[in-house]
Amino acid sequence: MALFGKKNANYISSKETKRISRENRRVTGEIEKKRNRKNIPESEYLTRMKNPANVVEFDDVHTYFFTDIGTVKAVNGVSFEVPQGKTVGIVGESGCGKSVTSLSLMQLVQRPQGQTVAGEIRFNAGEKVYNIVNTPTSVMQKLRGNEMSMIFQEPMTALNPVFRIGDQVDEIVALHNPSMSREQVKERTIEMLEMVGIANSQGVYRMYPHELSGGMRQRVCIAIGLACNPKLIIADEPTTALDVTIQAQILDLMRSLKDKINSSIMLITHDLGVIAEMADYVVVMYAGRVVEKGTAQEIFKTPSHPYTIGLMRSKPVVGKQVEKLYSIPGKVPNPINMPDYCYFKDRCELSCEKCGGRYPGVIKLSPTHEVSCYRYEDRREAGWLAQVELGASGRERQQEEKGKEGARHE
Amino acid sequence: MKKFIVRRLLLGVLILFFVSMIIYSVERSLPTSYVDAKARTMSQKQGAKPYEQLRAELNASYGLDKPVIVGYFVWLKDAVRGDFGDSWVWNQPVTQKFASVIWYSFALGAMAFLLEIMIAIPLGILSATKQYSKIDYAVTVFALIGISLPSFFFATMLKWVFSINLGWFDLYGIVGRMHETLGSAGKLLDMAKHMVLPVVTLTIVSIGSLMRYTRTNMLEVLNADYIRTARAKGLSEKRVVYHHAFRNTLIPIITILGNMLPGLFSGAMITETLFQIPGIGYTSYQCLIQGDIPFTMFYMTFLAVLTLLGNLLADILYAVADPRVRVN
Repeated sequence: MALFGKKNANYISSKETKRISRENRRVTGEIEKKRNRKNIPESEYLTRMKNPANVVEFDDVHTYFFTDIGTVKAVNGVSFEVPQGKTVGIVGESGCGKSVTSLSLMQLVQRPQGQTVAGEIRFNAGEKVYNIVNTPTSVMQKLRGNEMSMIFQEPMTALNPVFRIGDQVDEIVALHNPSMSREQVKERTIEMLEMVGIANSQGVYRMYPHELSGGMRQRVCIAIGLACNPKLIIADEPTTALDVTIQAQILDLMRSLKDKINSSIMLITHDLGVIAEMADYVVVMYAGRVVEKGTAQEIFKTPSHPYTIGLMRSKPVVGKQVEKLYSIPGKVPNPINMPDYCYFKDRCELSCEKCGGRYPGVIKLSPTHEVSCYRYEDRREAGWLAQVELGASGRERQQEEKGKEGARHE
Repeated sequence: MKKFIVRRLLLGVLILFFVSMIIYSVERSLPTSYVDAKARTMSQKQGAKPYEQLRAELNASYGLDKPVIVGYFVWLKDAVRGDFGDSWVWNQPVTQKFASVIWYSFALGAMAFLLEIMIAIPLGILSATKQYSKIDYAVTVFALIGISLPSFFFATMLKWVFSINLGWFDLYGIVGRMHETLGSAGKLLDMAKHMVLPVVTLTIVSIGSLMRYTRTNMLEVLNADYIRTARAKGLSEKRVVYHHAFRNTLIPIITILGNMLPGLFSGAMITETLFQIPGIGYTSYQCLIQGDIPFTMFYMTFLAVLTLLGNLLADILYAVADPRVRVN
């Protein structure tokens, strides 16, 4: 180990750390002070939607984490919108900022280290439109769980182990419906538990989380999420911790419930199968930025960004024989000190000279399909890269056959 | 649950048997012997029998001529019938002497215990919810001072400030000079006033560890997924901390509190000695250094019983606080 040799990229002296943390405290202190003011006037956080048919509009959102080794730009200029009654899928590898994007929307990013420092998140709550970035916590508490709700990725730990299921669902119902009597609240809870497909709802009402299986707990989480008929449901990898049969059930359930209460879903996942099943629109994120977005059809038929193509290729397909499943080479770059060129350049198999320039701008391939890649600067027709990729997989197939022949010879 | 408690109680009896046996063996092997000392003083009197003879006679009358194991069973036979014998040092039944001193210690311990809980747990929660703030650092420094101060030093400082310089309290003792002239309420107040400094000493030196423990647990709980769920429901920060997080923080704290139960009765030897409070800590120390086997045996066994009960109580409370460990 080069303990005293040349510095590695992550090495940072204690002096430097101290300087950074002092600077961080200053920056976060300022933001916190601004946020913790009393009686913030409504004009500071009420705004207008660009398109009233949307529930949420993310507009150039930046959420940073101020850590002792530097600022992590977890969400770095994300823009997309969620139309009413539609499902938007957000895909990307672990650590690409999907969850932080959704937590920014709920204002649940771990403060004071995590802060949304720039951009607007416009949330359409019916009569009023909130800019979540500036909304004070007291107002957020009325929105959370009521107008927007979140289903978390770990059903095993997302429920409080010391309270009964009934109490935990009751809590959210009673909180946002103060006029309801206790019996009404309980009635509503039982109704919700039945709606998410829990047969023994009276029994489960009296149970503790540890007495339920993972799938059942996820159902309870969904019941909590849907209890107040929210306009927007954020599902953060709702099926990742579940086995495949339960996955399908949970997805079916979410889809039917969405139609029943006519809300929008923001579905965060790294499972392309789930996206294909559920989403109307797809947003592909990489290293804190949106690299491509479009309708599900566009993304799956004509994936355009090399990263999206890589994602598609690394998904196993039933009936297709491959020697080894494709994987995108390299790893996500260090989130501190991101380079100014395309973040994917170092892993990209299709990078060209131009890619060394500034971070590529957004290029519209169709009214709904947008991509950030220099490859499309002059060639506007969508999907030509998909052809390239087909060629590549053709080559693979050839090699595969060769390999088989070799094996036979031996 | 009933089954569990009965099993634990039966197990406790077995443990107690061995614990008391070990204590008795250790007592008998101590280098200090009450009988030796007594024989020596008696032999120095004029016209007394020689030391060896006296010692043999005394040993026989105190039952120390028998081997350790036999001696233990003799003690045990009386003890299970509730007869713990007479204290050699105090010349009165062990239980009587015990009853006359325990309440001082209990009052001292109980007040310190209550204060400790009332101060340490809220402070721990406060410093956890405001992690890395000025309040957090202030509380931590305060706790560390408390942990690192030796009680004899702190007690002396308190005496110097409050008794000598300010003259608010007496230097030591449990009653004031005019105690006998006071009415019954006045007597009680007088004793309470004498308890102030010892209680403060005990509280300050013990507060730190519980506070730090609460803080660590609270921090861990506050980072849990279910706390994020609670926030996502739209609950106020108060409800998140004091309802959702607190119940989970309680679980490990209860174990500690259960283990502190015997501490209520064990007395605080150093503090009691410094303030000359005739409590159990002071008394048992006197008995121990003079080799008073009946009293020490009773006291140690009593503590062992309390420890076992404390553990059982902690386990029961644990099940109350945490539904996951409930035995069906």
